[in-house]
Amino acid sequence: MAKKLMKGSEAIAEAAIRNGCRFFFGYPITPQTEIPEYFSERMFEEDVNGCFLQAESEVSAINMVYGAATTGVRAMTSSSSPGISLKQEGISSLCAAELPCVIVNVMRGGPGIGSIQAGQGDYYQAVKGGGHGDYHLIVFAPSSVQEAIDCMGKAFDLADKYRTPAMICADGIIAQMMEPVELPEIRDYKVDPAKKPWAATGYDCKNPVGQRADVTSLYVETEELDVLHERLQGTYKVIEANEVQYEAYNMEKAEIVVTAFGTVARIAKSVIDELEGQGIHVGMLRPITLWPFPYEAVHKAATQPGVKAVLDVEMNAGQMLDDVKIAINGAQKIEFLGHCGSHLPTVEEIKAKILAMKEGM
Amino acid sequence: MVKFSIKEELCKGCELCVRACPKKLLQLSPDKLNEKGYHPVMITDESACVACGSCFSTCPDTVISIVKE
Amino acid sequence: MAVEYKATQLLTEKPRHYCPGCGHGIIHRLVAEAIEELDVHGDVVGISPVGCSVFANNYFNFDMVNALHGRAPAVGTGIKRAKPDSLVFTYQGDGDLASIGAAEVVHAAMRGEKISTVFVNNAIYGMTGGQMAPTTLVGQKTTTSPNGRDADWCGSPIRICEMLSTLEGTYYVERVALDSPGHINQAKKAIKKAFQYQMEGKGYCLVEVLSTCPTNWSMSPVESMDWLKENMIPYYPLGVFKDKGAE
Repeated sequence: MAKKLMKGSEAIAEAAIRNGCRFFFGYPITPQTEIPEYFSERMFEEDVNGCFLQAESEVSAINMVYGAATTGVRAMTSSSSPGISLKQEGISSLCAAELPCVIVNVMRGGPGIGSIQAGQGDYYQAVKGGGHGDYHLIVFAPSSVQEAIDCMGKAFDLADKYRTPAMICADGIIAQMMEPVELPEIRDYKVDPAKKPWAATGYDCKNPVGQRADVTSLYVETEELDVLHERLQGTYKVIEANEVQYEAYNMEKAEIVVTAFGTVARIAKSVIDELEGQGIHVGMLRPITLWPFPYEAVHKAATQPGVKAVLDVEMNAGQMLDDVKIAINGAQKIEFLGHCGSHLPTVEEIKAKILAMKEGM
Repeated sequence: MVKFSIKEELCKGCELCVRACPKKLLQLSPDKLNEKGYHPVMITDESACVACGSCFSTCPDTVISIVKE
Repeated sequence: MAVEYKATQLLTEKPRHYCPGCGHGIIHRLVAEAIEELDVHGDVVGISPVGCSVFANNYFNFDMVNALHGRAPAVGTGIKRAKPDSLVFTYQGDGDLASIGAAEVVHAAMRGEKISTVFVNNAIYGMTGGQMAPTTLVGQKTTTSPNGRDADWCGSPIRICEMLSTLEGTYYVERVALDSPGHINQAKKAIKKAFQYQMEGKGYCLVEVLSTCPTNWSMSPVESMDWLKENMIPYYPLGVFKDKGAE
């Protein structure tokens, strides 16, 4: 298929449609507003025939997704950091009610209203909870528009497979930049009550077929909540064992390993390529799924023979750094480079940092 | 003929039916306790019941059913 | 002719957890009977709220979805948009609908969302143990207004029907009460009408049901019904506030 030049936010929306999503509920917030704008037109085209609805708030949007998801359809919302904070109650509830859906966070600078430029400060929120209770989302962090498209298909499939919400954490740059991309074929998603027996697809108590839907996040008895958690935590273990995604780059002769995700990883890649030309061998381990986190792969990369140090680079105060440290568990020296503001670590500063580390070896 | 039946185990003794009965035929059983510990409702004179449905209508726990043939 | 009053199959046989004399049990029956009479029981989604009726999922014998506190109209919107032919209703109390969920209900009504709401107003928070609701009457004592609601300090109660009927999107709005068999019959008619309109594809319908909370009002069920009649109805007048179908 011929490649097409597309803006990240529009590609994200189109990828959702092509993966069977026909229900989008959202609210405007920079820098993701192009996603609802795109849906507002595209959903009503003949080959899609879906539903776009602008909600009165982020809170309502996530609850509309909850409602649509109870019927078994593929539904999603998108927002940016402060809006994702508002959705947390709903996200926690979607997890407890075991409802599949996709949430896109086009991250900007925080905390508070923060900036409207790109950020990566929502790492903790996305992978360590965000809402209340013991739950996880499957979290993807694409570092190109093409990867954002690919993650979308995976996000919907895994959400359905594991009955859990999935999140795509793109930063403002992924959403705003244009790149040549290849899109999957458009497909419909038909709700199959045999595959989603829990969904509200109609129940006639006078002629019962299948089970009556009883969707809830309420488990008022300790024993009931225990049963839910046996299921949830069990599912999380299966996800951790099977769904980790990462990219190992230029690891063959690496002396220093960079860990980074999203746009920052892309900048680091430029540095790695440049230094490789100068005979300085730097590798990269880039998590594509932030949860489940590639602990084993990071540990393996950091302790590979020849590797002398790890540099974690992020557009935050060092949030993924915690997981990198857990992965490495003291087996390698780790340094950090990052900015909390919305300005990106530059090629020059990453290069300077690596050269300084190399100097000290 | 009116057939008046009471699912005593569901009754919480709220007396809304007692209040609603236009013929004043309902009261709580003074000597009986159900499993929940309530005195369930009883009808004093089934033959006087006109099957108006007022008790059924006000009962929050679907304790009462009435058939008139 | 045979007359029969018996429990509908649209309510499960599970004994309800509500306190003695609680209006929820009556309203559950009215909702279930209205659906049965419209013969649409095989394709219904009810949305239960947070509050005492959070357990309504256990009592209605059709597809049920529980929503977060106040979010039922948003959840109902998502369901109805995905299943436009189903009967979708929210069942909400006064704290849920008129306080934490005020935005959701106003906007569902504004959009003319083709769902129905059964709004149970008993002027108090039941589940959390009797705190002041937005519909608590001035002077009414609750655990967070121990000296009675002070209008100067926390305002006067919200009249939801009056407020929502000003919106273009509402199709039918009526307030009913549970204080007598006659009023209960009227309540059922109103609920049935709201559902009927929804099945005809009309806009947003809301039926407010004035109910009681004997436990948190510290009254017997019988005294509660009298209190409702004497105190609530004068402030919350019964009747049809809007009926576009009758215009």
